[in-house]
Amino acid sequence: MKIAVLSGKGGTGKTLVSVNLASVAKDSIYMDCDVEEPNGHLFFKPKDIESEKVSIKIPFADEKLCNGCRKCVDFCKFNALAFVLNKLKVFDEVCHSCGGCVLFCPEKALSEKEKIIGEVQRGVSENVTVITGILNTGEKSGIPIIKKSLKDIPAGKEFTFIDCPPGSACIVMESIKDADYCILVAEPTLFGVHNLNMVYELVRLFDKPHAVVLNKCLEGENPAEKFCQEKDIQILGRIPFDHELGTLNSNALISVRENQKYRDMFSSMLQIVAEEVQHETVTNP
Amino acid sequence: MKIAIPVEDKSLETSVCQSFGRTPFYLIYDTDSKESIFLDNSAVASQGGAGIKAAQTIVDNKVSALLTPRCGENAAEVLKAAHIKLYKTVDASVQDTIDAFNDGKLSLLEDIHPGFHGHGGK
Repeated sequence: MKIAVLSGKGGTGKTLVSVNLASVAKDSIYMDCDVEEPNGHLFFKPKDIESEKVSIKIPFADEKLCNGCRKCVDFCKFNALAFVLNKLKVFDEVCHSCGGCVLFCPEKALSEKEKIIGEVQRGVSENVTVITGILNTGEKSGIPIIKKSLKDIPAGKEFTFIDCPPGSACIVMESIKDADYCILVAEPTLFGVHNLNMVYELVRLFDKPHAVVLNKCLEGENPAEKFCQEKDIQILGRIPFDHELGTLNSNALISVRENQKYRDMFSSMLQIVAEEVQHETVTNP
Repeated sequence: MKIAIPVEDKSLETSVCQSFGRTPFYLIYDTDSKESIFLDNSAVASQGGAGIKAAQTIVDNKVSALLTPRCGENAAEVLKAAHIKLYKTVDASVQDTIDAFNDGKLSLLEDIHPGFHGHGGK
């Protein structure tokens, strides 16, 4: 089963939750889809890394064949093409690699070239297969990297944890598209509630079964918890705002591998998720 | 010579639009014949690449200079490929802008911004 971990902003604890859940599972995959700044590997320090480049297709024109009809320019919904002084200009970073211009060119003047935009790395850390999507600095969209990562998930693992990019934009939609379950990580502030609501609306739009993990919990009122109660959202667990956990995390250690207390906490969350997904497949096959 | 200005409305009394790519209209003005034409900007509602599409319109109308308060880098690339000169407007009034250009008081637009790309910007 694929479990996506998301939040409305960065720094709420997506990586903490997904790294620890993946580590506590018997045999699992951790997939870092936060391709602009993947950081799960800092905790796992995976070994035996294999990497595969990811490229996209960008059109280019053969000036000898192009007769300036501009069918390609008119077709491009993204306005990635311009025709100036009898030459076609292609804006690589605006192009969405749909290939439409190539199909529509009556003169067969357009072809596609590969452009490398990043890579996917696969390695192993104890019981976890670690997959890291990396977008090259300066590239505009990491979606092709996420698509590639999700397409090649190794078979035979019970759990795949998808550590999503922050927010609720296209890149997050791509990450949760095939997920069986979504875990929303929330901070105990009004701002945290606002961000939680963004991803809550997203998973509802995608009709994904979901639950919340309350992170950085303190004594007293928790606006995010109140939000969950009002919306009748299940709470998987509460992670305390705790010095020991913070220290482990800032030393890039995986808490469930260090301390039984955290092992128990994340095990019980995983238990609930597994039961919920089983329940979903029975009632909603 | 023909010049282009992004404008808020189809009138010489209107003001210069702050956005080149997302302006509602362009004024195409002939400094010799004093003739003016207003064009709809077909790029105004584009999801992305508005500057490129808008620049294509300006190129196709064979203007020699664009007078604009701002211009993004993609649009500037298209305009420069067509050897169109970019001048920075300082006044909101279209008429004053035309007068300033005729008097040689407008300077070339040097600060090309990297574009807003879906993030608005004021």
